[in-house]
This record gives sequence, C-alpha cells and structure tokens, in this order.
Amino acid sequence: MFRTEEMEINMGPQHPSTHGVLRLVLQLDGEEIRAMRPVIGYLHRGVEKLCEHRTFPMIEPLTDRLDYVAAISENLGYCGAVERLMGVQVPPRAQYIRVVLAELQRLASHLLWLGTHALDLGAMTVFFYTFREREIILDLFESFCGARLTYNSMRIGGLYEDVPRGWFDRVRHFLKIFPGRMQEYEDLLTVNRIFVGRTKGVGLLSAADAVAWGVSGPPLRASGVNYDVRKAIPYSSYEEFEFDVPLGANGDTYDRYLVRMEEMRQSCRILRQALDRMPDGEVRAKVPKYIKPPAGEVYHVVESPRGEQGFYIVATGGEMPYRMRFRAPSFVNTQALPLMCRGRLMADVVAIIGSIDIVLGDCDR
Amino acid sequence: MIRWLVIPGIQIAVLLGVALLFILYLQLIERKILAFMQVRLAPRRVGWHGILQPIADTIKLMIKEDTVPARADRFLFTLAPIVTVAPALLALAVIPVAGEPIHVWGYAITPWVADLNIALIFLLAISSLGIYGIILGGWSSNSKYSLLGALRSSAQMISYEVPLGFALIGVMMLAGSASMVQIVEAQKAAGWWFVFPQVIGFFCYFVSAVAETNRIPFDLPEAESELVAGFHTEYSGMKFALFFMAEYTNMVIVSCIVTLAFFGGWLRPFPNVAAFDWLENGWLFLAPLVIGGFAGWLLDRRFGSGLRLMFSGGVLGALVGLGLGAGDVGGLASMRVPQLSGAFWFATKVMFFIFMYIWFRGTYPRYRYDQLMNLGWKWLIPLSIANVLATGLVMLLRGGGGA
Repeated sequence: MFRTEEMEINMGPQHPSTHGVLRLVLQLDGEEIRAMRPVIGYLHRGVEKLCEHRTFPMIEPLTDRLDYVAAISENLGYCGAVERLMGVQVPPRAQYIRVVLAELQRLASHLLWLGTHALDLGAMTVFFYTFREREIILDLFESFCGARLTYNSMRIGGLYEDVPRGWFDRVRHFLKIFPGRMQEYEDLLTVNRIFVGRTKGVGLLSAADAVAWGVSGPPLRASGVNYDVRKAIPYSSYEEFEFDVPLGANGDTYDRYLVRMEEMRQSCRILRQALDRMPDGEVRAKVPKYIKPPAGEVYHVVESPRGEQGFYIVATGGEMPYRMRFRAPSFVNTQALPLMCRGRLMADVVAIIGSIDIVLGDCDR
Repeated sequence: MIRWLVIPGIQIAVLLGVALLFILYLQLIERKILAFMQVRLAPRRVGWHGILQPIADTIKLMIKEDTVPARADRFLFTLAPIVTVAPALLALAVIPVAGEPIHVWGYAITPWVADLNIALIFLLAISSLGIYGIILGGWSSNSKYSLLGALRSSAQMISYEVPLGFALIGVMMLAGSASMVQIVEAQKAAGWWFVFPQVIGFFCYFVSAVAETNRIPFDLPEAESELVAGFHTEYSGMKFALFFMAEYTNMVIVSCIVTLAFFGGWLRPFPNVAAFDWLENGWLFLAPLVIGGFAGWLLDRRFGSGLRLMFSGGVLGALVGLGLGAGDVGGLASMRVPQLSGAFWFATKVMFFIFMYIWFRGTYPRYRYDQLMNLGWKWLIPLSIANVLATGLVMLLRGGGGA
C-alpha cells in the first residue's frame, strides 16, 4: 500500500524568519511538526572568554554585542554587577537616567519584536509603523551617546556624561505621541480576526513548564507567573517607581503579544515618573582610575526586554575578571521552543519563534 | 481575409500590448500604494518618481543568470512557468472592455477578442490550468520548500475553485447566459448591477478569487516567512518573472470578472436613469478631478502641506469638470462616445478592485493552512451553494427570467 515518510526540513540558519542565525531541524508529517531540534552557535564569538583578557571598563563594549537589540540593558546589568562587587553607590541622577535609558531601550526592543512578529505572520504594514517610532528612540540614543545600536553608554559608577540639553523634552514629546501610535498597531492587530486566529492557543506554555525550563521575561509572565526582576530584586532604584507587571492567563502566543503591548504602556508610565522626579547632581560616582574590584564573586540580574539577564563575575583582585558568565534569556527561552512547537503546524513555528523574541547574539554569545 | 485574420490580429496585439504594459506597471502601482500606506517612499531613482522602475526590473530579470538546480527535472522546470502564464494570458481573450464596436472603414472592431457563449465557464476552466504550472514547478525544483509550497497551493486552489464556480452560477442564472457581453447587457436590461441581488455571490467570489490568486491574506503557497518563497523558491531570472507575471495577470483578470459579472462592466452607475446621463461622460468630470488631485498631491509632497492641496486640487478639478459639462464647451458634454466612456468606466472599476487587492496586502496577516481550509469548506462553499438555491427560489417565485 502507500508508504508515508516523515520529511526532515532544515529551517535556517539563513531563513527569513528565524530572526538571525537560528537553525531549526523540523521533522514534518505533512505540515505537522513531529519533532524539532534547534541548532545554535552560528553567532558564537566567545565573549565570555574574551572578557577574561579585557580590563573591566573594556568589557562594556563587548556586552553591547550580546543582545544587540537591547544593548542598554546589557550595559546596565554589567555595570551593576561590577558596581556591586566594588560596593560603589551610584548617584541618584545616574540611576534615574539609567532607568530612562533602559525603558526607552525596552520600548525600542519591543517595537522591533512587534514589527518582525507581525511581518512573520504576513502583516507587512505594522513593521513600517513600529520602525517609524523605533527610529525616534534611536535618534534619542544617538543624541545621547552618538551610537544607534551598540551604545557603550554607561560607565562603572554611573554615566559618562549627563544628557544633552533639551533631551528630556524630546523624550517627553515622544511619550506624548507614542500612545496614539500604539493605538495604530492595536487597530491593525489586536482585534484582527486573522491575527487572533493565528496566535490564540498557539505555542502553549504552561506555568509549570515555563518555570521548569527556566523561561523568563514576557513569555514567563504570559504563562501567568508573576516574576519581574524589576519588582522581585529591584536595581537602579526601580523600587521607587510605580508600575504593574502584566500577566497572561493561557501562555499562548496571543498572551505573549498582549503582555508585551502592556509592558510598553508600563514603560511609558515609568518614563513619565522618572522624568517628573529626575534628581539633580552628579552622574558618576567617585571610582578609582584603574578599576580593580576586590576578589570575590557576584551575580547580578536585570530585567532585559527578553527576560532575566544575569552577569556572573569572578574577580581575583586584578584588572581583569578571572571568569565571566552571562545568563542569556534568549538561550534559556530557546530551550522551550520544541515543547511549544510539538504537534503544531509549520506556520505556527514562525509565530512561536516571533513570540519568544530571541536574539541570537544573546543566545550564542 | 481582413475579417478573419487582420482584425483579430489587431485585437490580440492591442489587448496583449495594453494588458502586458498594465501588468508591468501594476507592480509599480502596487509599490506606490503600499508605500503610501506604510509611510515610506516607493522606488524613485529610475526616472521621474520611479516611473521607469518596472522597465529596469524587467531588464534585470531578463539578463539575470537563469539557474536550474542540480537534479531538477530540467524539462518540467522550464515548462512550469510557461504553463502558468499561458492560461492567464489566454483568459484575457474573453474580457470585453466596452460595449460598442469601433467602426473603421466599414469594418467593426469589437472591444473584445472573442465573445464566447461559455465565456465564464471558459474562464473558470482556463484559470484552473494554472495550477499545473505551480505543481510542476514546485515538484520539479527538487526542493522541499518548493514542494511544500506547491502542495499547499494545489490544495488551496482546488478547494477555492468550488465556491468560485458556485458564486458565478447565480450571475449566470440571472443573466440567462454565460457570455460576458450578454451578462453585462442583462445588467443593463435589469437596470441594476448584479452585485445588488447577488451580494453573497459577490462576497464569495471575491474572497475565493483572492485565495485563487494566492494573494494576502491567502498567500500561503509563497509564505515567505515559512517557505522562503514557496513554489518558486528555486526560480530566477525570466522564469521567475513569468510566475510573477501570471500572478499579476490573474489579479487583473479577477478584477475584470468581478467588474463584468457583478458591477456592470462598462455600464455607468445607474445605467437606465436618465438623470445620471452626464455620467456617460464621467471621464469629463472625473479626469479633471483626478488630475487636479494628483497635481495637488505632488505639490503637497513638495511643500509638505499634508493632504490639503490634494483635496483643494480635487475640488478645483471637479468644479472645472462640472463647468465643462454644464457649459458644454466645444460640445464635449453632449458628445457620446460609448466606446470611450465604456472603457473609462470599465477601467475605473477594475482599478478599484486592484486597489482592494493592494489594500488587503497592506492590512492583513496571513491565514494558516488549516484555517484557510476551514474558511473554504465550512463557510464559502455552503454559503455559495445556498446563494444558488436562494437565487433559484426567488426566480421561480417571480416567474422566471431576469431579475
């Protein structure tokens, strides 16, 4: 009689919707996915090893290149780790400006996610709309530190410089126009029957599975687990801000979409508070010219747009770390991908990859 | 000799020339409209506002290396694009553009190549043939992505052929004919476009037709985010261009069929109401409006004044048009050129539906395979069959014939 075989198909590393150089080996039965094996490492640069041969200030540019979509969060996490190791108290103004930068970065990163996620599902226009707003944020970053992607904007102990004159007004202007722009994306997606059909119930991840796999960030919260590093282990004076942690109920792609959309609104809320209460003063603590943290270990986590971003440093009292280790949220979240994709259709894979929002620079390090 | 050879030759040459040029420029139109929706600029390097871009693209595709993948079936690989594009072009033959023939030296040149009495059925039959090209192309490429795309495509097109046919049956019943010319004449006799009695039929037809032409939101066969480019992943150069051309030709044909079967073809709106006779020369009124609006829009782009100048230009143009009509300058308004006004109304309606296509592309995400099948089999097919039954019932109760 007839004999049917499973087809093995190779998606990536050069594929339009694997968001970088992720490679997926799919076992297909028709269009249904029997098994999936993510293959990573195409962007491995050995950053952790490189760090062992750099002085502490020289490591910061390397952290830019981990999660290149949210370089500020990496800077913030790394500087925070070294500051904790050295016991440096960052001046309040620097802490607040760091929060402003980090939340703008979260907006920029989520806008990139929204655009590409919608593009993967075939909705072309949202991509151009989100990039229009992301451009404003990148212009803000450019006028702050001169770079648009890899900022290297912070220094151990604070910031390199205060923000330029009128910069906060520009942020305020952005905050004024942004809610209207968000409404445009929502009009195109949130109640769009096709979009809801493509995302609702797709890529289910239960709370127990999410915790078991160590998933963090919006995918974890979409599964209903209330864990946000900004609330759980506040850093850079996040405890002084009032914001909600949006939670999902079902842990599907649609919930992850809703959670990120709400996170953008909450980021705007944090930004407004930070701008209203911006303290005066120095932006950099007194730190020695040669940074030699005392011998010891430190593990510092921040909430990057992708999840819990951890920095583990072993110092021996010298100018360079003995060992660096990054907890990359993309790497951990990718592990849950086969679980979410099993039994789904091929078209769901791109929806699910889009919804966990991984960056391969972060994943492969 | 002249009647059997020269006149059809002229007709075919004009039809192919106009159609191919339009299809060539359709992609520029699409890019411009999409760009307008997506706050960006469309091509504007080649020629004024990118007006020569399609020609540059064509030249590029023609001189590109024509690769055939190793272990592909060379014969079928070459045949597939031809099989796809030929039926699409063939279907143009039965599309009438206007109602009246043009008389030259005593010969009547009809604005259609052939007025078959089975034109609608011919169109359905011929458009089904295009699937063969897609299946052959996908299979012969020897690539998994192509194969998946081709499988999707064939399943989709076969599923949607059914509601497509049923949706048109209602129109054929009302018109009592399957000839395109007869259908439009029947709409003239009935005094209204068939979209009014056949609104469900129109809905079913248009949705299925978008699916049939593999456009967003039904463009699964070439879903670039999943299947790279679907059935034409391995194609390049002119072979790819033929697939591309077939897709756009099909878009034009579908818009033509919608216009002819549901929107009165070359008839003006309210074809039998004398009060709207001035619409017969609608181009007299609309042309200044469009030109004024377009000029205003260009000035807007130049001076960054939003869309204010576009609206004022349009209003000004409309007034000029009305003045021309009311004042009957040079006898323009009372001039009756049915071929010209027919072609004008036909082109306007076709352009509207093509715009709808592009609008969909700017708005919707893509359906998933199983959702697409659900929509087709669970909604469109029952709906279109119910429409046929309801049409029959109404005609029976009314005592048959016409609407």
